Amino acid sequence: MKKIWLKLLPFLWLAQSGYACEGDCGNSRWAILDPKGPIAADEKTLILTAFGLMLIVVIPVIVMTFAFAWKYRASNQSATYTPKWDNSHLIEWIVWTIPAFIVLALGILVWRSTHDLTPEKPLVSTLKPITVEVVALNWKWLFIYPGQGIATVNQLMLPAGTPITFHITSDSVMNSFFIPRLGGQIYAMAGMQTELNLLADTPGTYQGLNTQMSGEGFSGMHFEVRAMTPQEFQGWVNSVKKGQLKLDGMHLKQLEVPSENVKPVYFSGVAPMLFESILQKYAPDTDPTPHHDAPHEHTAHATELKINRMTP
Amino acid sequence: MNASFFLGKLTLAAIPYQNPIVMGAVVTACLLGLLLMVWITYQKHWAYLWGEWFTSVDHKRIGVMYIILAVVMMLRGFADAIMMRTHQALAEGMGQGFLPPEHYNQVFSAHGTIMIIFVAMPFFIGLMNYVVPLQIGARDVAYPFLNSVSFWLTAASALLVMVSLAVGDFSQAGWTGYPPFSEKEFSPTTGVDYWIWSLQLGGIGTLLTGINFFVTIVRLRAPGMTMMKIPVFTWTILVTTVLIMLSFPVLTATLALLTLDRYFDMHFFTNGMGGNQMMFTNLFWIWGHPEVYIVILPAFGIFSEVVSTFSNKRLFGYVSMVYATIAIAVLSFVVWLHHFFTMGAGADVNAFFGIATMIISIPTGVKMFNWLFTMFRGRIEFTTPMLWSLGFIVTFTVGGMTGVLLSVPGADYVLHNSEFLVAHFHNMLIPGALFGYFAGYSYWFPKMFGFQLDEKWGRRAFWAWLSGFYLAFMPLYALGFMGMPRRLEHYDNPVWQPYLIAALLGTALVALGIFCQGVQLFVSIRNRNALRDTTGDLWNSHSLEWSTTSPPPFYNFAKLPQVQALDAFAHMKEQGIPHRATAPFAPIHMPRNTGVGVAMGAFTFAFGFAMIWYIWWLAVVSLIALLVTVVMRANDENVDYTLSADEVARIESNGLPHSAHAPSTVGAPEGVAGEKHNRPAGTHDLATQGRE
Repeated sequence: MKKIWLKLLPFLWLAQSGYACEGDCGNSRWAILDPKGPIAADEKTLILTAFGLMLIVVIPVIVMTFAFAWKYRASNQSATYTPKWDNSHLIEWIVWTIPAFIVLALGILVWRSTHDLTPEKPLVSTLKPITVEVVALNWKWLFIYPGQGIATVNQLMLPAGTPITFHITSDSVMNSFFIPRLGGQIYAMAGMQTELNLLADTPGTYQGLNTQMSGEGFSGMHFEVRAMTPQEFQGWVNSVKKGQLKLDGMHLKQLEVPSENVKPVYFSGVAPMLFESILQKYAPDTDPTPHHDAPHEHTAHATELKINRMTP
Repeated sequence: MNASFFLGKLTLAAIPYQNPIVMGAVVTACLLGLLLMVWITYQKHWAYLWGEWFTSVDHKRIGVMYIILAVVMMLRGFADAIMMRTHQALAEGMGQGFLPPEHYNQVFSAHGTIMIIFVAMPFFIGLMNYVVPLQIGARDVAYPFLNSVSFWLTAASALLVMVSLAVGDFSQAGWTGYPPFSEKEFSPTTGVDYWIWSLQLGGIGTLLTGINFFVTIVRLRAPGMTMMKIPVFTWTILVTTVLIMLSFPVLTATLALLTLDRYFDMHFFTNGMGGNQMMFTNLFWIWGHPEVYIVILPAFGIFSEVVSTFSNKRLFGYVSMVYATIAIAVLSFVVWLHHFFTMGAGADVNAFFGIATMIISIPTGVKMFNWLFTMFRGRIEFTTPMLWSLGFIVTFTVGGMTGVLLSVPGADYVLHNSEFLVAHFHNMLIPGALFGYFAGYSYWFPKMFGFQLDEKWGRRAFWAWLSGFYLAFMPLYALGFMGMPRRLEHYDNPVWQPYLIAALLGTALVALGIFCQGVQLFVSIRNRNALRDTTGDLWNSHSLEWSTTSPPPFYNFAKLPQVQALDAFAHMKEQGIPHRATAPFAPIHMPRNTGVGVAMGAFTFAFGFAMIWYIWWLAVVSLIALLVTVVMRANDENVDYTLSADEVARIESNGLPHSAHAPSTVGAPEGVAGEKHNRPAGTHDLATQGRE
């Protein structure tokens, strides 16, 4: 009881920095403002830039509200009083054009940043990107590594510094795939495939989650993201491959059964075209040929990436 | 015939006996209702309520009933808010809070649905019902009976939401009800059906109101009131009704498609079988975004009236205000996709909708500056309505800023579906809509009832609300930057908890604000004789609703006013033009009260309930009853009457049979009309009492 009472003192949070787990536990206090990848870093800069631009209007409005309310209070009989004054072309021009110019500046920023940060845009890197196929289930995440031939549930292992291309769908309701410290977010929808390109700068453990309410198990539907060195990643892949569990149609059926707060599971093999079959199940008319995700296409695709990507 | 024929899916198991929280709420609500009914019976008020209120087609009576409905539903929606905040403050780590997930999900779904559809909508519709016909110098709305039907449809659908508490469950799919979660496969219970039918039937009521007020404003303005002489509140209502007429049919159609999915196993929005869930999401927000402006624009109109009145100055930039309102309305139809940038529509589409959204901030910013320049070189009286307006200007600016931030797709990718978003839209809707309605409530209350609301308790309510708002929602912005998603029923991050506890304390402050408003109403009614306004123009305002008595006679104006200027009433006062009619009077054509609206509401409720529980015979019977009622009403010739000139003269000189006015306070028409309208010294003191 005593502990709860302490927690009830809301302003203790300032002194609480040491209370959260330190460093790599993924629970950095300001997840969005503490990016660990280039996309998240750009998104943070974008937020701060837009915020700064808007203050040009917001601060004068707030200051004027207080200043006018004080100066022209009814009891201040010495202030100028012009009850009939109701128009000024100069003021009208200023109040229409200044916000318009700020919006013009923001608009240019939006056009550029949106094209720069669009989730399907591949990241430039000398390293070959890794494809991860993501399937949202009730209430857990399935990650298939088609290039490695393995799969995991609720744990995402990544080589740091390597671009990752996520192909995302849902085998249930709509979910939203989000790793706050790596940035980006995109819906997972049955019968549809979305794409997200991310990169973790440094090794570490971060939290990934579903942000779209999906039912009773929604709150527990998060996963651990572990970025490691490429060598460690290769070692992890090799160790997973030694396991016995293979992900096939039957195991997928078991995964489709709703379950909550699911602990990570590893699969040492994946039935071919499993991701495509999940897509096909809900959209039988779509082209069954995989777009970018088949392992054999990787090399060709990676060359293409270098041409597309402009920013560092 | 078995029980399922008679009762559909309804069984005793539908009543959640085992849930003490729900049952507690149900029992309390039923007891309060019962107490109220006993009191009404004891006081022998039923005949009065039926004859004067329920069957009334008077826009003023209907307006007051809308506001009462909104206040009752606000208490319900706010109870949901307290439950959510308390639960989230507790549900960290080992703490499980006190609500299981399926109940928590219902609470936030009900909170959103109720606050938008059954609080914001009826509140502003109530105010516009009361004020618009008076402000344009009309005797009633264009279709008084339709107005009554609209109200009773809204009341019936609000009742459906309330019944879901006691019988069955409510939707868990959020107020937006996204499929496929809201489809039968994932939400098999009646919850989503309650949501569908309450929105659907209430939406039809709203659409009818939109049509009614559009026609009223276009056709029934007093002679001389050209478009650019329409008071600014009525302008915002006119634009709002256009938004309603354009957007609500989209909601009706979208819900109908979801209904077909759920009832006839069609596949408009399902996973697979050709269904496309994002079609729903697009359609929902094609209605949903204009809906945001439907609830905010009327508040903008109220702020314009209030800021101008209490700055004792003309509104700055009237023309600019009108065009800004129209611009906001037009733009509100091309921004819907900003609610789901994370759909993956591609950079061009996202950038277009992002920029379109930002453009809305230009006319909105213009309005802000126009209010500020209305205050500039004025004589500002800090009355309760003015405090709400000032609180709005500062707070809404902050909300607008976070809104522009969310309209940047790159920023939205990390803030979407987070507590930041929750903070943002509350930061728009609480100051932008609710504060406006509260300002309108205290501004027009003396017009409605002939006495002013207590200023001291009004100020207390304002400060509690404002500080409560900041304490409740600023921590949520921070939580958004910490990566906390919305709608979490449980979390494992101790860092978030102190912020959620702070938010809970903020909610407690808001509760204190609501308590103060309750006390304010009680104290004001008790002291009504001391607070009485006998002038009809308590605040020295400028539009026509203030030219009549408070409260106005049921026919509003014995003679329709002649409008010569914008701020018609201010012009009359300045020029010494008599604004109270004098003999000889002409007969007045008035609509007759009717219980048909109540009957249609009752049949609609029965139809909705029957559809929700699959009680097909009742659905058919109530639908037929509804149609028969409409046909009978259409053939009823006895819907109006003529008030004779003598009767008008008698009411004008002796006061109103139905009003709270003592006859002596109205005064002889000659006496009032003959003088230039100034506040008598005594009432002026009363009016400024409590102002700074």
